[in-house]
Amino acid sequence: MAEAVDYKVIGTSPIRPDGVDKVTGRAQYGADLNLPNMIYGRVLRSPHAHARIKRIDTSRAEAMKGVYSVVSGKDFPEAEHGEIGGEGGGDISDLAKNIMARDKVLYHGHPVAAVAARSQRVAEEALAAIEVEYEVLTPVLDLDTAMASDAPLVDENCYTKNLPEKPDKPSNIAAVMQLGRGDVDQGFEQADVIVEGEYRIPAAHQGYIEPHACIANTNESGQSTVWCCTQGHFEFRAMTAKVLNMNVADLKFVASEIGGGFGGKTVVYLEPVAVLLSRKAHRPVKMMMTREEVFRATGPASGTHIKVKVGARKDGTITAATAWMAYEAGAFAGAPMGPGAMSVFAPYDLENFKVEAFDVLVNKPKVAAYRAPGAPQSMHAMECALDELARKLGMDPIDLRLKNAADEGTQAPYGPKFPAIGLKACLNAAKNHPNYTKPLPEGAGRGIAVGFWFNVGMQSSAEVHINENGTVTVVEGNPDIGGSRASMCLMAAETLGVPYEQVRAIIGDTESTGFSNVTGGSRTTFATGMAVVRACEDIIAQCRARAAATWGVDEDQVLWEDGQATPAPGVNADVKPLSLADIAANAAKTGGPLLGRASLNAQGAGASFSVNIADVQVDRETGKVDVLGFTAIQDAGRAIHKAYVEGQMQGGAAQGLGWALNEEYIYDANGVMQNAGFLDYRIPVASDLPMIDCEIVEVPNPSHPYGVRGVGETPIVAPLAATANAVRDAVGIRIHDLPLSPPRIVAAIDAAGS
Amino acid sequence: MSKVQVTTSINGEEMEFLCEPQQTLLEVLRETLSRTGTKEGCATGDCGACSVLVDDRLVCACLMLGVEAEGHEITTIEGIATDDGLHPLQQKFLEHAALQCGICTPGLIVAAKSLLEKHPDPDETTIRYWLAGNLCRCTGYDKIIRAVQDAAKELAHPA
Ligand code: FES
Ligand code: FES
Repeated sequence: MAEAVDYKVIGTSPIRPDGVDKVTGRAQYGADLNLPNMIYGRVLRSPHAHARIKRIDTSRAEAMKGVYSVVSGKDFPEAEHGEIGGEGGGDISDLAKNIMARDKVLYHGHPVAAVAARSQRVAEEALAAIEVEYEVLTPVLDLDTAMASDAPLVDENCYTKNLPEKPDKPSNIAAVMQLGRGDVDQGFEQADVIVEGEYRIPAAHQGYIEPHACIANTNESGQSTVWCCTQGHFEFRAMTAKVLNMNVADLKFVASEIGGGFGGKTVVYLEPVAVLLSRKAHRPVKMMMTREEVFRATGPASGTHIKVKVGARKDGTITAATAWMAYEAGAFAGAPMGPGAMSVFAPYDLENFKVEAFDVLVNKPKVAAYRAPGAPQSMHAMECALDELARKLGMDPIDLRLKNAADEGTQAPYGPKFPAIGLKACLNAAKNHPNYTKPLPEGAGRGIAVGFWFNVGMQSSAEVHINENGTVTVVEGNPDIGGSRASMCLMAAETLGVPYEQVRAIIGDTESTGFSNVTGGSRTTFATGMAVVRACEDIIAQCRARAAATWGVDEDQVLWEDGQATPAPGVNADVKPLSLADIAANAAKTGGPLLGRASLNAQGAGASFSVNIADVQVDRETGKVDVLGFTAIQDAGRAIHKAYVEGQMQGGAAQGLGWALNEEYIYDANGVMQNAGFLDYRIPVASDLPMIDCEIVEVPNPSHPYGVRGVGETPIVAPLAATANAVRDAVGIRIHDLPLSPPRIVAAIDAAGS
Repeated sequence: MSKVQVTTSINGEEMEFLCEPQQTLLEVLRETLSRTGTKEGCATGDCGACSVLVDDRLVCACLMLGVEAEGHEITTIEGIATDDGLHPLQQKFLEHAALQCGICTPGLIVAAKSLLEKHPDPDETTIRYWLAGNLCRCTGYDKIIRAVQDAAKELAHPA
C-alpha cells in the first residue's frame, strides 16, 4: 500500500497563503468591493407562499428620485426548458423563475421585482412603492399534504417523471426513482429479527455566515462584469447567460473570497438580476441579501419523510432492507432524492434491497445542495434502524456494521463495484478508539453511525507559472472555501520538489484561467488538485528538456529530483544540477517563460466513509442535550493539508449536531417561516460544543496521484444518527424525528412515562 | 434627511465623518469609511461578525448607530496588527488553521482580544462562553478555541 510513500510536504499543516489577508480584514468577500458610481439593488419579495400575480405596477417606483432602474418578470427573456449541469444545475426555466417570478409566486420570499437606487434606503422606499396585486392560493406546505391525490397543485404543469407512462393528471410529485436488487420478500422471510422505523427531518439551512452578494457592471454593448461570492464562477456565468439569453463571452465573472457555502452558493439568485438592473441603469449595481432573505429565499436542504425496514439473521447478517423516502424539493423540482436513494444502503453489502424515492413540490424555497445533499437524511434513517437492530440482536453496533460492511469488490447499491475503500478501516479505528471504550458518566449515552459520500470528479483546469526567480504561481478556477489554496500549493511543491513557501496559488476569473466546475462535491482537492499535479509534471518535462538542451544530452538522460534537473547515472556530462531557479533565470535563452498547463475531466473520485461516536447527557427535566464528546473518524484517502482535513471533519460534525439537536425551518399555516434569523434559527455556538476529536484514516484513492478522495461532504452525514443513537442510549427511548430539541425530548419522555 | 457630523477615533486615528442618524456604525465603517474588514453576517446582533471594540468594550457594530461613535475610540480588525507584525491571536489563528472561509475571523479575533484583555488566562469554558456570540459555521470551533488558548500562553510568556 502507498502508506510507505515518504512525502516531503504532503500531510503537513503549513499556514495558508491567503491567511494574513484573512486575519487582518484585507481579504475581499462578496460585499466588500465598492465601485465608483455604484448604486444599490434590492429585491421585492412575495408576501404569500402561493399566489397568482394579477398585476405589477412599478411606475411610482420608477418615478422616484434616486431610482435608476426597476425590473420584474416581464424584463427577463422567456425562459427555455432544458437542463443545465453541475451541482447547482437543474431546469433553466425553473432557475429563471426562481430568480424572478413570472405569473405565480411559489413561496414566501419569492422575488417579484427589483430596483436599483442611489442608496439602500432609497431602494427600499422604492420597493414599497411597487404595487402588486395577488390572487392568493392555498399553499402546500408538507409532504403528506403534497402527496395526497387531491392536493392543491404547486405547478399545474408538473407531471410525475420516471413513471412507465406519462400520468394523465398533474401532481406535486415531480419525479420518482427506484433502486433495488434481489428479492426483498424472500430476504425478510430469512430474517430472525426485523426492525422498522419512520423518520422525519425538517429542512435545515446551510447557514454560511456571509449573505449572498454581488456587483454587476454592464456596459452599453451589453457586456457585463460580475463580482460575487460563489462556489463556482464559471457555472454562475453559464447560469446567468442562460437565464438572460446572453453570450457567455459577454459575461466575465470574478469570484470574491467566499464566506461559506456548503452547497448553497452553487446557484445564482442575485447575479442575473444585478446584470439587468445595471444594464438599465448604466451603472454598477451592488446587491446584498439580508440574513432574513437568505433564510426565506435561498436553498435549504430538503425536509424529508423516510421509512426503513431492515431484517437480519441472529448473527447480524442483513437479509433484506427497504426504504421509502420523500424529499421536499421546494417550489421547483430537484430535491436530492437520487443521492439519498443511492446512499442509504451504500455502506453495506446487501443481497436484497429496494428503495423508492420521491421528489415532491411544496410552497417553500427551492432546495439547494447542502454538504452531501440527500445523504444525511436517508442515512440517518438507516443508521438509526441499525442501532435498533443491534439492540435487538444484543450485538455491538460496530460489530453489526462490520458484519455487513462493503469492501473492495462489493457491488455498491448504486451500481459500480467499489475499488479500495476505507469503511472497514474506519469501523476498526472506531472500535479501537479510546473514546469508544472509555466509561460514560452516570446517565449519559453513546451512539455511533456510519457516513458516506460518493465524491465527484468533473472538469478542472490549472496553469503553473515559474517566475523568473524560480518561485511558482499556481492559477486555478475554484474559489477557496476552506484552505484549498494551501492544498494546491502543497501538491505543487511536492510534485516539483520545491519548498511550500516557494509556491503561491491564485484563483483566476473566467477570463484568465480555464473552465472549472464548482467547488463542491468534495472535488476541489481531488480534481483540481489532479490538474495542478499534471501541470507541474508538464513543467518538469519542460525543465528536463531545457536542461538536456543546455547540457547537450538527450532528454531521457535528465532526471528531476528534489526540485532540480540532474544528469542520469552514468551520463557522461560534467555538469552541475540545475534548480528551478537556475532554469527560470535562463529561460529566455532556452525557449521562453516556463508555463505548465493541464485540463481534465477527473475520473475515479473515491467514495469516502466515516464513523462518528457521540456522547451525550440529557437533562430529563428540561430535555436539553449536552454533547459531552464527539469523535469523527474518516477515510480521506490522503490528507494533503492535515489541519484543513480535520477542519472539514469538525465543521461537518458541528453542522450535523446542529441539525440533529436544534435546527429546523418552522412555518406558520400560511407558509411564512417563523424563525428567519440566527436568534431563532439557532446554529451551534462555541459553548454548545466540546472539542471534536478527529482520526484521519488513509486508504489511498488509486485514481489520484497522491491518493486523495475528497473530504468535504461525508462529515455531515453520520452526526445526525450518531447523536440520535446517543440520545436513545441516554434516555432509553427512540425518538424518530429531528431535531432532538428540548420540547421534543420532554414530550417523548412524558409520553413514555405515562 | 440631513447628515450628522461625527468625530471619533478609529484604530488610533482621528476621524470625522458625516452619517445619517439611522445609519449603524457597521454601515458607516463598511460603506462610508471603506473599513470592510468588519463583516456583516446578520445586522441583527446575532452573529458577531461585526464585532468591534468601543473604548474597551466589545460591541456589535450593527447594533450601534454611527452617531454614537462620537467621542469614542473604535478598534476594528484593521487595527489589531501593529508595527511589530501580527497580533499573537492573528498568528495563532493562522498556525492552528482556525479559519476556513474566514468570514467570522475578524469578529472572532476582535472578541478574543477583548476576552484576553479581561481574562489573560481563561479556561476552555470561559473561552467558549466569551465567544458564544460569534458564529462560525465552518470550523466547529475546536481549532478556534485552541488558537485562543495558545495566544493566551504566548501573551503571558512572549517567546
Ligand atoms: S452583523 Fe452584527 S451581529 Fe451579525
Ligand atoms: S471560518 Fe467560515 S464561518 Fe468561521
